[in-house]
Amino acid sequence: MSSSPSLNTWSDALSGFSIGWFPLGLVIVAAIPLVFIALYALTYGVYGERKISAFMQDRLGPMEVGFWGILQTLADILKLLQKEDIVPTVADKFLFVIGPGILFVGSFLAFAVLPFGPAFIGADLNVGLFYAVGIVAIEAVGILAVGWGSNNKWALYGAVRSVAQIVSYEIPASIALLCAAMLAGTLSMQQITMMQAGPGGFMHWFLFTNPIAWLPFLIYFISSLAETNRAPFDIPEAESELVAGYFTEYSGMKFAVIFLAEYGSMFMVSAIISIAFLGGWTSPLPNIGGLELNTMTSGPVWGAFWIIMKGFFFIFVQMWLRWTLPRLRVDQLMYLCWKVLTPFSLVSFVLTAIWVINH
Amino acid sequence: MQELGKAETNSTRIIRQDDKRVIIEKDLDTEYMVLSMGPQHPSTHGVLRLECITDGEVVVEAEPYLGYLHRCFEKYCEKVDYPAIVPYTDRMDYLAGMNSELAYCITVEKLLDIEIPRRVEFIRVIVSELNRIASHLVAIGTYAIDLGAFTPFLFCFRDREHIMSLLEWISGARMLYNYIWIGGLAYDVPADFKTRVAEFVTYFRPKAKELYQLLTENEIFVKRTYDIGIMPADVAINYGWSGPMLRGSGVKWDLRRNDPYSVYPELDFDVPVPDGKFSVVGDCLSRHLVRALEMEESLKIIEQCLDKMPEEPNFNSRALIPKKIRPKAGEVYGRAENPRGELGYYIVSDGKSTSPLRCKARSSCFVNLSAMKDLSKGQLIPDLVAIIGSIDIVLGEVDR
Amino acid sequence: MEEAANQMSPAVQQSKAAYDNIKERFGDAISEFDANPTMPFFEVLDVSRWVDIALYMRDNSLLQFNYLACLSGVDYPEEQKLGIVCNFECIGKYTHKIAVKVKCPRDGGSIPSVSCVWHTANWHEREAYDMYGMVFEGHPDLRRILCPEDWTGFPLRKDYQVQETYHGIKVPY
Repeated sequence: MSSSPSLNTWSDALSGFSIGWFPLGLVIVAAIPLVFIALYALTYGVYGERKISAFMQDRLGPMEVGFWGILQTLADILKLLQKEDIVPTVADKFLFVIGPGILFVGSFLAFAVLPFGPAFIGADLNVGLFYAVGIVAIEAVGILAVGWGSNNKWALYGAVRSVAQIVSYEIPASIALLCAAMLAGTLSMQQITMMQAGPGGFMHWFLFTNPIAWLPFLIYFISSLAETNRAPFDIPEAESELVAGYFTEYSGMKFAVIFLAEYGSMFMVSAIISIAFLGGWTSPLPNIGGLELNTMTSGPVWGAFWIIMKGFFFIFVQMWLRWTLPRLRVDQLMYLCWKVLTPFSLVSFVLTAIWVINH
Repeated sequence: MQELGKAETNSTRIIRQDDKRVIIEKDLDTEYMVLSMGPQHPSTHGVLRLECITDGEVVVEAEPYLGYLHRCFEKYCEKVDYPAIVPYTDRMDYLAGMNSELAYCITVEKLLDIEIPRRVEFIRVIVSELNRIASHLVAIGTYAIDLGAFTPFLFCFRDREHIMSLLEWISGARMLYNYIWIGGLAYDVPADFKTRVAEFVTYFRPKAKELYQLLTENEIFVKRTYDIGIMPADVAINYGWSGPMLRGSGVKWDLRRNDPYSVYPELDFDVPVPDGKFSVVGDCLSRHLVRALEMEESLKIIEQCLDKMPEEPNFNSRALIPKKIRPKAGEVYGRAENPRGELGYYIVSDGKSTSPLRCKARSSCFVNLSAMKDLSKGQLIPDLVAIIGSIDIVLGEVDR
Repeated sequence: MEEAANQMSPAVQQSKAAYDNIKERFGDAISEFDANPTMPFFEVLDVSRWVDIALYMRDNSLLQFNYLACLSGVDYPEEQKLGIVCNFECIGKYTHKIAVKVKCPRDGGSIPSVSCVWHTANWHEREAYDMYGMVFEGHPDLRRILCPEDWTGFPLRKDYQVQETYHGIKVPY
């Protein structure tokens, strides 16, 4: 496989570094992708969303702060930092304060098992995929805490809708991911990625090696939209119905944390879908005869580049859908989950199993 | 209003009565929740307040509360002269100021029984049809945003901006025009008015089609509006609905055709009515569809008016405006087809005063909104939003 | 009379025909027809029969006034009366229109509600009550609609004096 021994040595040395009992190096290795994603999510995610939506809507978007408004997000962060941190008097203070924290932790915990390259992985768990799917469920707790703690009817509606939605959509999402796990024969994120690596580039990806894989791929993509509360499944924060949904009462930094968690989980599901079906950090370019494009574009830095690019691509598709489609209704959303996606995910599960047995 | 309290599922049963103790089995309490929607709410289109009694997501009953924007229009009218009422009419339906002015002016002209120059009539029709398109664009755009689609909203506002600048160029104001005066117009149109309006028509046609494809033919949009909030035709008439709302229920009723005023009898246009193939007649989608199709008809009207409008050099649009408006004693009920329906004015003159004794505005939104309570019964909250959006209220006109 | 009928515009003639039909049925309960060209109307003299007249106007197959276009409250200070003016129209079969006036005493007067006949009347009667203070008997939900619930006085009466303060806010400007 194309893991780079020198980088592995380097990262091994770093993770071995510790001050006394405290494994500082290990924390840094785990923190690198996290910090990157946090920065990305705050600056480029928000900026990108605003720009993409602006271009889709025939306008320019933020243009004032910096060249083409590139510093707009920084200005927004400064504004949010300066804002008064309001806790409503009738709110359940404990839940109100801890809710955004749970949300944030929930969406960023899964980053621990995302491989950003042959060496860049927080923890290569042998149940990585299982862990990633499971840990997302913590978000439901956070949302419920936020919605209930606000003591606001709109927030409560949003929270109840959101929890129902996340819990329901986890079923087709998990079964769809199980198809990928079945194809790979492992639950380790790193090994799923390695199964899809090869000189053929994209031809080794599950999506292209397997005639059935597009079905779980689509199912997981649709479910991931619902899990991250993105349009057309953004009913928990449906602003025309529920004002702002579960975070109606939030302002200032707590609002920013919820926002950040949302962008974090957007990237998380995009990364998971790229790992499960599109080869994670492997290069899409194939070796064509003597032209060894794949070999040239593989390696630790390229790996991080590719997975982030794939993540960006799916985030772009998410934004594209968001700014195009209206919102589904609550019952239509549940109909789609239980009567369309779940049966089809079971079908794809069986078909994948047959495929795996015969190959 | 339905009695507030425990929902019907709640029941208490005595299951066993021993010698000493009574064992009572109780279902879990479920109570109705009162949800005050508005006056500050994104989808109440202003300051409408709906007091919803909800059972989970289901609205058991919704009672509208109005008056947050009440500005005593009718009281003002009794204090000021007839021409001075025109700017106030702008502020009623602020999305269709030209149409409001037109309705008021033709009512007073009916009372005065005066002739209007033909050029003035055509200009009036052009500006009010332009304003109708602008108003429908807002209606469609905000409806899209009610259902969660942001992009059509901005497309609508982009195109509306062209109309706004056209009308600003003509009248000097973007929304509150004070352009149509009793007996004439404030100004004649600028020199290359015809070219610019024709340019707009050619610009807007493909954009309207694009909007139609993006929104009206969108699967999710259709799912959200199809078969929601059905109003049968006879009930709609009984509720006094008019305009796109009534036509959405399948009644071919358009004052421009049925009670013609100005130069509408000379013009050739259709009155779109849903045929029940794409939508259920009377549902939210039908009402939306009527608005979407009406824009095309307005474009047709504008084109014909541009052709037929007489060119008169050195035309003085104020020439026939009476110096002192003091109608003879009498009463009149005049109306015109507003983008939202029939906007009528009931004016009583005592023949002595220069201000009306009574001026009542029959607001189309006010009447259309009165069916809200019936329409909202047993709907889901998202459907409630869809229904409010399809009524297309302007609170300035509801509260007057 | 014949001459006058000849001078009437077709619209007024239609109204006259409709009026004749109602007059035949209700006789003295309604006044003579006022054939003015802008808004031909008649007045209901026996107010207690207003709902019967309304039902007849709506349900008679020759009248079918199914559309209540407008219901306006009016103050008649010199007659010491308050009144409503209703503009009716038929959507569908006929094209005739007519206006009806109903009056009641200024102080403590009441008019039967026709909100059970035309739903439109529901909110319009509330508005008329809000502005003029006449009571509509049998109205399902007679509350103020545009003014706040605790507003004093009826603003559109000709002798209305605006209250000085409302919840500590100075009212007249």
